[in-house]
Amino acid sequence: MIMASSQVKSPGNLRLLLTGVGGQGTLLASRLLGEAALAAGYSPLVSETHGMAQRGGIVISTVVLGELQSPIISPGEADILLGFEALETFRALTYCHADSLVIANTATIIPYTVAVGKGRYPEVESLLSLMAQHVREVCAFDAAALARQAGSPLAVNMVILGALTATEYLPLSQTEILAAIRGHTKTEFLEANLAAFQMGAAAARDPDNWRRRSL
Amino acid sequence: MSELLGGQAGERRLLMGNEAIVRGALEAGVRCVATYPGTPASEIGDRCYEISRQGHLYFEYSTNEKVALEVTAGAAASGWRALAAMKHVGLNVAADTLMTLGYVGIKGGLVIVSADDPSLFSSQNEQDNRSYAKMAGLPMLEPASPQEAKDMALAAFSLSEELGLPVLLRTTTRLNHTRGAVTLGKLAANGGAGHFVKDPFHQVMVPAVAREAHARLVRQQVPALIRSEASPFNVITGSGPWGVVASGVAAAYVADALLELKLSHQVTFLKLGFTHPLPAGLIGDFLSRVERVLVVEELEPYLEEGLKNIAHSRQLTLEIRGKGEGLFSRLYEFHPALVRQVLARFFDLPYEKPTPPLPQQILGQPLPDRPPNLCPGCPHRAMYYAVKIALQELGQEGIFPTDIGCYTLGLLPPLSMADFLICMGSSISTGAGIAKATGQQVVAFIGDSTFFHAGLPALANAVHNRHDLLLVILDNGTTAMTGHQPHPGITLTPPGYPGKPIELEKLVRALGVENLWVVNPLKYKESLAACKEALGKAGLRVLISRSPCPLYLQRLTGKKSKARFQVVGACGDCRHCLDYFGCPAMYLKHGASQMAIDPILCAGCAFCGQFCQAIRPVKESS
Repeated sequence: MIMASSQVKSPGNLRLLLTGVGGQGTLLASRLLGEAALAAGYSPLVSETHGMAQRGGIVISTVVLGELQSPIISPGEADILLGFEALETFRALTYCHADSLVIANTATIIPYTVAVGKGRYPEVESLLSLMAQHVREVCAFDAAALARQAGSPLAVNMVILGALTATEYLPLSQTEILAAIRGHTKTEFLEANLAAFQMGAAAARDPDNWRRRSL
Repeated sequence: MSELLGGQAGERRLLMGNEAIVRGALEAGVRCVATYPGTPASEIGDRCYEISRQGHLYFEYSTNEKVALEVTAGAAASGWRALAAMKHVGLNVAADTLMTLGYVGIKGGLVIVSADDPSLFSSQNEQDNRSYAKMAGLPMLEPASPQEAKDMALAAFSLSEELGLPVLLRTTTRLNHTRGAVTLGKLAANGGAGHFVKDPFHQVMVPAVAREAHARLVRQQVPALIRSEASPFNVITGSGPWGVVASGVAAAYVADALLELKLSHQVTFLKLGFTHPLPAGLIGDFLSRVERVLVVEELEPYLEEGLKNIAHSRQLTLEIRGKGEGLFSRLYEFHPALVRQVLARFFDLPYEKPTPPLPQQILGQPLPDRPPNLCPGCPHRAMYYAVKIALQELGQEGIFPTDIGCYTLGLLPPLSMADFLICMGSSISTGAGIAKATGQQVVAFIGDSTFFHAGLPALANAVHNRHDLLLVILDNGTTAMTGHQPHPGITLTPPGYPGKPIELEKLVRALGVENLWVVNPLKYKESLAACKEALGKAGLRVLISRSPCPLYLQRLTGKKSKARFQVVGACGDCRHCLDYFGCPAMYLKHGASQMAIDPILCAGCAFCGQFCQAIRPVKESS
């Protein structure tokens, strides 16, 4: 009998979903992952949302590696979720499955609806602990603070990439990711970006930043 | 140098679908590209603009898609290879040209890129432009990946020349905005000047000529069909009694579903890339080999109906399904799990439906929305505010037909300055009709780029037919929504931009508009006074609201305003700024009846300080 199940996966296939708010650099981060994967011999697919989403709205992009041909990811099928903003990371939890890795920036960008008193921004701590109940593990830390510390508030994407590279999930080495960053960064931002990347990697190595599903 | 001009043959690059199309066209030796910007096709024009600044390519941002198609048709009639790119609804604007272009034919290859938008990510409808290929009798290719986008763009030029017909390259948002590995080919060598050969009795479409030309177009369907039958873009994989047919990105979802459901020995998969004319022989043979067929295509049942026709002509009675209850919808884009699920259901396979976590349920409360908003410092918001207050002070209600651009976001509260919208340019004439039917005060809004695109004939009509409305032209000096492309009215041009600017004010006056105001919307007193004056008059009135898009200005000059504003003292429960203006930099201090302005988001436009006493500039020293 042929088993048809959403859990069927071919070895080597990896689906990453990136979410954030316009201006946070999610598109560049997904492109850099794609470039690094291409240089490593993969045939990656990187999909981007353009258009209305860029006026302060939500920006989602995807990176798909392996023998898959679909550029986008269905709900429940992202192996890795890279969340650039706390609320948006939680919103994108619907793309995750029980074995997903979530890397979450704990910094918030208050939506206008909340800023004007129409809606409440949930407690970040509760978002994180709820998320950890539905995925394999969550690595959460203030990526915005690290980016500022590295000298570039816009380098949140570099912090997140650094953290991802420090995990075991990605079939790409730190050298390969760094080469992609070097190849696509203006000289004046390179130093700060590399510093931000290393701070992200250090954050992912800190066990205090990890939460796992309580069994 | 543009990245698309570099790279050796055989090199792999990570190209966006739109970039891959440009690369394919360059490998084919394209000489002329024209477009009107529109998501999801905009990057085709933007890359070609960069390339045209460096090389041998003629590129223009045309005033609209019809003009773009005609410029490329003229170039192609003169022997150049040419490409016109547009979003799906742009092809409606160009449809008059398109429908007779096949009669006239071309000499140099002409490729028309249509970028359809299933799910309406940034469009007013989700029409399926494959119908145009059928209606206009033109060959059509549908890429499923960036690599195919490059290969098909390249192949489309010779196909076009072999048939003497333009070729429709039909894409969708997902293809346009997906990056994938593309193996480059060799760039074509630079060609020479074109030459127009006079042949009026084949190229001037008066009835006597067009009767013959239509017969020629119909005859050309035969060699087109032969090429479709032999096309390497139509591929059969797998083997088995079940049939699946797909085109475009849907074919990628099918490929993954077959892989994940391990169906390569149960399913024969026909992936179609040359989809007009449909390869009837290939499809007929396929249909006679399988027991049941599922057609997987986004939007309309174009392939499904084609397959049913072919089955009928071959007297095949097998089940062919695609759209319908429990199968695929005619609405919105597909995704991998959806295709996998329908495939499993259709072939009676056990399938466990995934149960993704539902964030709102898990949290037990709704997640706050994050709608897009006009940027801080956006002059459109300031103009909307002035019109709103002017109407209020005059005790009038306004009806607001609007148009297509960033300012359409004026729909959302608190602005709520959009009541009616169909398509590019519709604000003026629909406003005229509303005013005629109701006698209500109509204030129509249109952007500067949209005005040049489709507003000019509408304004001429409004003048000539003595319509009664106030038209506000929101002139921010650029086509902001799609990424700051130039248009004929721009005065602030990127360095080296060759276009000649047309003065909007002179143009409007020349059309016979007598009641004209030009205001800087960031100067509140001035714009409010002009609005009241304009609203107080009858007949056709035009108010030009002129202030550059701050993002565009920043991009051009590299400078950002350093001014910042703050709320000084207690402002109580007034909330006027939230209820009428709604700048994203404004927020309500937590737990307090007190407004504040975020100094990081504030653009320093100084507008709010003109209507609220409590808002004052931040002094440098503080």
